[in-house]
Amino acid sequence: MSMLRRLKMTMGAALAVSLASTLAVHADEQFFPLQSYRVGPYAAGGTGFFGGFIDYLNLVNIRDGGINGVKLTWDEGETQYEVERGIEVYERLKSHPGIAAWNPLSVGIAYAMIDRITKDRVPLITINHGRTDSTDGRVFPYVFPLLLNPYSETSGIVNYIASREGGPDKLKGKKIVVLYHGSPYGKETIPIYKLLADKYAFSLEQIEVPHPGNEQQSQWLSIRRAKPDYVVLRGWGVMNPVALKTAQKVGFPADHIIGNVWSNSEEDVIPAGDAAKGYVAITTQASGSEYPVLQEVIKTVYGANKGNLEDKKRIGSVYHNLGIVNGILNVEAVRIAQAKFGKRTLTGDEVRWGFEHLQLDPARVEALGAKGLFHSINVTWDNHEGDGRVTFQQWDGSKWKVVSDWIAPDWAFLRPIIERSSTAYAKEHGIKVRTSGDDPVSQ
Amino acid sequence: MVDYQFLIEVLIGGLLSGVMYSLVAIGFVLIYKTSGVLNFAQGAMLLFAALTFVSLVERGAPFAAALVATLVIMVGLGITIERTVLRPLVNQPPITLFMATLGLSYVIEAAAQLLWGTQVHGLDIGISDTPFELAGVLISRFDLFAAAVAGALVTVFALFFRYTRTGLSFRAVADDQFAALAVGLRLPRVWAAVWTVAGIVALVGGLLWGARLGVQFSLSLVVLKALPVLVLGGFDSIAGAIVGGLLIGAIEKLAEVYVGPFFGGGIEAWAAYVVALALLLIRPSGLYGQKPVERV
Amino acid sequence: MAALASTQSRRVSAETLGIGIAIVAAYGVVPLAGSDYLLDAVLTPFLALALAAVGLNVLTGYAGQVSLGSAAFLAVGAYAAYNLHLRIPGLPLLVDLVLAGSIAAAVGIVFGLPSLRLRGFYLAVSTLAAQFFVQWALTKFGWFSNDNASGVIDAPPLSIAGVSFTNPVERYVFSLTVVVVLSLVTLRLLRSQSGRNFVAVRDHEIAAKVIGVPILRTKLLAFGISSFLIGVAGVLWAFAYLRTVEPAGFNLDRSFQILFIIIIGGLASLRGSFVGAAFIVVFPLLLSRVGAALLGSVFDSGVLEMSQRILIGVLIIAFLIAEPRGLIALWDRTWARTWAAVWPAKHPTIPT
Repeated sequence: MSMLRRLKMTMGAALAVSLASTLAVHADEQFFPLQSYRVGPYAAGGTGFFGGFIDYLNLVNIRDGGINGVKLTWDEGETQYEVERGIEVYERLKSHPGIAAWNPLSVGIAYAMIDRITKDRVPLITINHGRTDSTDGRVFPYVFPLLLNPYSETSGIVNYIASREGGPDKLKGKKIVVLYHGSPYGKETIPIYKLLADKYAFSLEQIEVPHPGNEQQSQWLSIRRAKPDYVVLRGWGVMNPVALKTAQKVGFPADHIIGNVWSNSEEDVIPAGDAAKGYVAITTQASGSEYPVLQEVIKTVYGANKGNLEDKKRIGSVYHNLGIVNGILNVEAVRIAQAKFGKRTLTGDEVRWGFEHLQLDPARVEALGAKGLFHSINVTWDNHEGDGRVTFQQWDGSKWKVVSDWIAPDWAFLRPIIERSSTAYAKEHGIKVRTSGDDPVSQ
Repeated sequence: MVDYQFLIEVLIGGLLSGVMYSLVAIGFVLIYKTSGVLNFAQGAMLLFAALTFVSLVERGAPFAAALVATLVIMVGLGITIERTVLRPLVNQPPITLFMATLGLSYVIEAAAQLLWGTQVHGLDIGISDTPFELAGVLISRFDLFAAAVAGALVTVFALFFRYTRTGLSFRAVADDQFAALAVGLRLPRVWAAVWTVAGIVALVGGLLWGARLGVQFSLSLVVLKALPVLVLGGFDSIAGAIVGGLLIGAIEKLAEVYVGPFFGGGIEAWAAYVVALALLLIRPSGLYGQKPVERV
Repeated sequence: MAALASTQSRRVSAETLGIGIAIVAAYGVVPLAGSDYLLDAVLTPFLALALAAVGLNVLTGYAGQVSLGSAAFLAVGAYAAYNLHLRIPGLPLLVDLVLAGSIAAAVGIVFGLPSLRLRGFYLAVSTLAAQFFVQWALTKFGWFSNDNASGVIDAPPLSIAGVSFTNPVERYVFSLTVVVVLSLVTLRLLRSQSGRNFVAVRDHEIAAKVIGVPILRTKLLAFGISSFLIGVAGVLWAFAYLRTVEPAGFNLDRSFQILFIIIIGGLASLRGSFVGAAFIVVFPLLLSRVGAALLGSVFDSGVLEMSQRILIGVLIIAFLIAEPRGLIALWDRTWARTWAAVWPAKHPTIPT
């Protein structure tokens, strides 16, 4: 009885709060609609990323009182990583006033949103993932695959292997196997690896692992027979630990397996136990909590008991730090846009302008407390990726350790390929290609 | 020129993988045989067992204690399912029962994650997976261990079915429910026992698969590997589950390695189903399944 | 007997009346009253899934063949329509729709062939071959997605004879029309000799054979019609609802979802397909909104979401226990009781 009453009271209070919040005037608030996923097969990544993102927004609110006095707000809608649930959340939250940008962290949801956000004139951020040709801001004015698109990732990995072998010319005659997830995501880089193999004259074999990848005996036996120098793991979810375990089973050394950006988290290696020791993976942001911005998050946000992660041990994990970096990039884009348009709630189009001028050099990154966490970004109106540098980390059995410099992918080599694809898209969809940043954006 | 050594390696790898499929398939067979339910929640139970065990170990419980505690929980879960879900649905068409177990899998999966969190865990059951070579053929220690466990499990079952009273009533119920009722067997008690055993099989399967994949949500997807095994071996035969598992494992690997390249690879996901299907066209109730008697 | 016949005809006319009212409301009221959110994110997917459920119901509910591969035929429909539109310039949308459905039907008949030998779960599991094969083929061969690097297809804008359907209301009306027309045609078909053959095969295959029902033709017809409807539903799903689809969206979970709709709604009842679709599409949304509004400040959103999943699972089981014949049977019983309460004298009591 008392339990029921307490529940009723809580519900009443909650209702009052939510009513008050809807009635409140949305003066100077910038809103982030979050299509998060905290349930289902990818929940571990979702809680980490959205946890980090929310932690950073909280930090800005608590420490600075928002961005120049404009408070940051957000609302979460659960997607379970399913496209139609992501769309449902989009339709539900899109009429909220003052939306800054959408950050789904799901390739499928992002794709389904491109037409919608372009029509609604709000930026769509796909940090480290998403559609490669959306790098071309001339065709995709509202889409931002910040820091790293799949092609740059490919080039970054090959450059890293070259540096381990002692220079690009040493790649000649080497053998690389790419083990990819049997999905559109996995297949996306097949042509790029081929191009790079031709360019550097290494021999290449690409092997598919059918979804979900919980059984890889035959693939690794083929790898054993092929005797490659390196295996690139372009994995997803459970495929990653199983790959590492099966590699051990056929006696392939872990330190010659290079993981891509979706195979680089703690969740990918912990289940593999000892088999993951020595495994190397690409990343755009280092892990660990020693960076000043992370320390501030711990002190200010978790100190005030407003931290989003349930398990504090996950602070500084790969996905959490990606969320933090994503927070920094979103907040700085808003700040840059505010400098032009005024310190108030901005429209989606104004925030887009901010993203198109999101230029953070290493000095600015250091000022933000993120030196070493990520390198720099240089987004322009026609380059929506922003030339993110990558680094490589090695799993020592309990944590990731950075083992390389900040490596630059071969952007000049990739740009024409991207433009070919984006102009084809523009043609197919009747989009007018922008010729300068001041061009009005066509619908 | 065929590389025979490699062929044998693929074959052995496939057979050993097949054992792992059989482990999951046996759980299905036990329940289908005695109550006609295709229990889709078997995967969720596997996940639940592995997650419970690993969470207990991570919270400091000794290995043996965690094992016993999980066993007790799984038995409890099995009996609860039988009481609350299956018993009220007795005599409903198979498809209704199947859907009920699907609903059940939602409940168990979500409950497991609600209880223990959505984190992924590594599970070390103390078997190192460094390979050893036998006449130039690479063999996995872990897979051998898994095969031994599966073999032990099947032997225990065989003895149990042959020599114990409960085991005999299992078989009686499986043969003919009405006759079993007529001679005074208490069906609900047999069902409760069978769900208990299914819980135990889920635990064994969960630990072995968990050690292989890590303990995480995807663990429940291993049922998809068991389904073609069931079709091939017959839904109601334990021997079928074993032979089916071995066959599917071997065929899958051989197909992927030798046929896959012609299609660009990745055919494993459906090759098993196609092979099972081809066999079914010759034997519509699987290799060892009971042929239904049809009357007008 | 005469009284029974008269109640039955009254039931039928009441049913027709009900359907009429529903259609009028769906056309007349909903587009005016519904918000964009309701139309775009709730009703359009509801319509597509309801049509898919009607299709599966023909196969499973009427003809008694269980299929776990519905999502594959959704995918075939969607990708076929996309490719036809892309490769045959100037193809009218309606023709495209019918052709896409026909291709799905052809694929369905091929995967329905095992039904001639297999029964029950053996057949059900073998339809999984369709599920996995189609998904694999669509991902594997870039041709299907016009060599898009990500395997994703973008739907063309909908337009028929110069009238285009671009905003949520128009897309809804388009979907509604397709669904209403096909459902009525299906209803008609089920009341014909073919429909009776379906039921005969379902109820007793050997008996049906003895009385001269062509088993082969009947089963394949059921697979064909079912896949046609599901294929068209796939076109609606891809063109009117999501407008960008990838093969991964048509996975096993989607097949199970459609199966749930017909079981929860009621086997062998087209109305049941709509009721079931409403339950499966709308209920989780409702639950998550109510849950977030009431308890969002107390619990973490992950906990909330998982509790909802448990609740949905429990409700499914509870429904199956309470009324294994589906929500529609529950509805009819309630309706009959109300009817009896209003006109007790005219209603003869039929012992049950």
